[in-house]
Amino acid sequence: MNKTLLEMKNITKKFPGVVALDDVNFQVTEGEIHCLVGENGAGKSTLMKVLSGVHPHGNYEGEIIIEGEVQKFFNINDSKKIGIAIIYQELALVPEMTVYENIFLGHEVTNGIKIDWNETIKRSKKVLKKVRLQVNPADKIKELGVGKQQLVEIAKALSMEVKLLLLDEPTSALSEDDSENLLNLLRALKKQGVTCVLISHKLSEIIKIADTVTVLRDGETVGTLSAEKNEITENKLIKLMVGREINDIYPKRNVKKTKDVVFEVKDWNVYDPKRGKQILTDISLNVKKGEIVGFAGLMGSGRTELALSLFGNPDRSRVSGDMYIDGEKINFSHPENAIKKGVAYVSEDRKGNGLILIQDVKQNITLANLKEIAKRGVVDNNAEIKTAKEYTTSLAIKTPSIEQKVLYLSGGNQQKVSLAKWLFVKPDILILDEPTRGIDVGAKYEIHSIMNDLVEQGMSIIMISSELPEILGMSDRIYVLSDGKISGELSIEEADQEKIMHLATN
Amino acid sequence: MSFINNIKKIFRQNIREYGMFIALFLIMIVFTIATDGIFISSRNISNLLNQTGYIAVLAVGMTLVIIIGEIDLSVGFLAGFLGAVAAIAMVSWKLPVIVVIPLVMGFGAIAGVFTALPVAKMGVPSFVASLAGWLIYRGALQMVTLKTGTIVIPNDSFNAIGNGFIPDIPGLDFLPGAHKLTLLLGLVAIALFIFNEIRSRGKKKEYKFDILPVDMFVFQIVFVSLLIFGITWILAGYNGLSWTVVIMLIVTAVYHFLSSETVLGRYIYAVGGNPEAAELSGINVERIILVVFGSMGMLSALSGILFASRLQSATTTAGQLFELDAIAAAYVGGVSAGGGVGKVTGSIIGALVMTSLTSGMNLMGIDISSQYIVRGAVLAVAVIFDVATRRRGK
Repeated sequence: MNKTLLEMKNITKKFPGVVALDDVNFQVTEGEIHCLVGENGAGKSTLMKVLSGVHPHGNYEGEIIIEGEVQKFFNINDSKKIGIAIIYQELALVPEMTVYENIFLGHEVTNGIKIDWNETIKRSKKVLKKVRLQVNPADKIKELGVGKQQLVEIAKALSMEVKLLLLDEPTSALSEDDSENLLNLLRALKKQGVTCVLISHKLSEIIKIADTVTVLRDGETVGTLSAEKNEITENKLIKLMVGREINDIYPKRNVKKTKDVVFEVKDWNVYDPKRGKQILTDISLNVKKGEIVGFAGLMGSGRTELALSLFGNPDRSRVSGDMYIDGEKINFSHPENAIKKGVAYVSEDRKGNGLILIQDVKQNITLANLKEIAKRGVVDNNAEIKTAKEYTTSLAIKTPSIEQKVLYLSGGNQQKVSLAKWLFVKPDILILDEPTRGIDVGAKYEIHSIMNDLVEQGMSIIMISSELPEILGMSDRIYVLSDGKISGELSIEEADQEKIMHLATN
Repeated sequence: MSFINNIKKIFRQNIREYGMFIALFLIMIVFTIATDGIFISSRNISNLLNQTGYIAVLAVGMTLVIIIGEIDLSVGFLAGFLGAVAAIAMVSWKLPVIVVIPLVMGFGAIAGVFTALPVAKMGVPSFVASLAGWLIYRGALQMVTLKTGTIVIPNDSFNAIGNGFIPDIPGLDFLPGAHKLTLLLGLVAIALFIFNEIRSRGKKKEYKFDILPVDMFVFQIVFVSLLIFGITWILAGYNGLSWTVVIMLIVTAVYHFLSSETVLGRYIYAVGGNPEAAELSGINVERIILVVFGSMGMLSALSGILFASRLQSATTTAGQLFELDAIAAAYVGGVSAGGGVGKVTGSIIGALVMTSLTSGMNLMGIDISSQYIVRGAVLAVAVIFDVATRRRGK
């Protein structure tokens, strides 16, 4: 059983000016779940791109050996033929097509000329059963949740002869429940003999599932840990990943507790006419000065919708209820008004609606408060450069220059740019939606430290997070949302993971 | 040697921006050689610029429309229709020119906003919304011109916009044959340019920002100054600056300033780069769409005025295919179909490239069918070049 399925030997890949992979060795045994971890920019994605043929043979040095044979992949189809399937973070499904059309997209079942839809549906059912997904194969993808879509992706991979399944951060967009479900599925697939390589940032998940872990740092393999030898622990992983020990990724802060309520919402109801659905029901909440209030809940519980409906309602939902800032009743008809009143919202989806990727760092930082550096509608370019330099320094944003397009920054640095943009608005109330999703441990720590600095300066933070340790590590008080309602409020002293999960799922 | 290296480096970093200038320059050299210098003659250059006018004005507006990720197909016939409205206003309503021009431009702005309303408020694709406008204005143009056919405009001051030149300073007898006011304006422009560059360099120094080395700075100033002087010298040799060129320069200057230096300009690029992010940043995306289409409509009116004035009449087919020429000019000038990228000045160069091709090939006696093929090929090459350098631009 201990046959080596894949061996990547002495892989070196250079980009102009950077060595992305430096003599990397990576070995996967047949039938195991192998986790590949490392900070953003450590070279995980590049390694996967070499393996899948996105970076064709000849573009890198080293060898790829599969089942003892040296392989040369010139494009993705070559690696697919051998039986390597990659599931990316951004799902590659066509929302308007049905489940079965998606599963067989690219390798349709035909009887010579015409697609055999009956056979397609039959086979889809079989492979959906394999991934334990109970949906009608004729449903459209857009009608499924993210968790189910993820499973359809895996079903698509399994519908072909697959030897090696690569999953790139499959759980980063999933709720705890869906993640658990997915991990169980991977275990089941393992029993059926499918070998998995899993790229993940979630250490708890890795510890739960991995047989072997390979850690990359700055383009080099820095260690391989095995579960059999009980080597996989959180401390060891973090130490290998960052090259230093971080004992607590949730730094402590000194804030005097106050009783001044700066932000209050009463009887807040939100109805989405596009989906024809009540999103939020009778929400009441308050935030005190200098406080971090955590919002926990499952995917789809309405946390992001709540944040957006408070932030000028850009989705144009039907909203009723009262909102108060410093005791004054207010009403926002557009994010513009919310910003003017000192409310800022850092989006969960920095690439989708947080940043303008094709613009540079300085333009992104100043966008939400351009008027501050403009005189009579004319932007003062020098003041802009000065502002951008201030924020890149104070938030330690790693970028070659402030004229670099944010597209080319790492996830952690993009998130910092996004944060800088909203700090430049100088808000009193900062809403952070998944502030550390998909970024590495080091950057997480830095962002948490920044949050502490901010509340120490008197800002109030509303933090939405799907990561329970983050909620527990950073919040002063926690609201739990379930199905559009607040199902509970916990002080940090009484909160623990089980209580939160209990409230979130009831 | 560092001077040459510096030039090389700046050149390499800005290949995309300079690409269009170089292409224009090459095209001019080729035609000058092929026509034994007739192409570069004062008379031809002056004509060429006047022919570019009504398309260039449209291309400037179209640049902003494409930057916000939309398209406006209605502008050609809108220009034709509003040209006819201007003619009717003068001939039938007996309104003075000074009233007609702002009135028609106002109509244009309103028409643009109307096209944009379903786009901004309901998310109707602008291709469809403006295609509807294309049909409507085409019908409207035929309706107002069909009864009388071509409407001849008897107003001299109106017709001067498309055909006339700025007056010269009387009583100066040095440099016979050269237009003195044009030369003077050229020198003023050079002086303003140098003054502005030195001031901005000083300010940057104050902030302790990176500045160009002195030799590069001087080189840049000398190069641009010579360029401005060269163009004015050519124009001064044949009647001087035409009113069309004056209008074109003003529109370019205003829109260049607007798009690159103002908050509104930034908002336009932001909406094009990522409308959701722009909305969440407190930018009213609907309003930006309305403003950009409104400005497009206004420039369509100006284009219609220029064209009607040039022909000294409003015709049934005025404006036909203007929209496609304007779109081609914008793309040749480096505007990205993906939105969020492009420059007003680039589109002007794009418009000049396209008219230079027409003018040069006309002088060489190349038949019209081959001309279309050549222009199509140039458009394709320009867009391929743009996409290729963009991908490399990492």
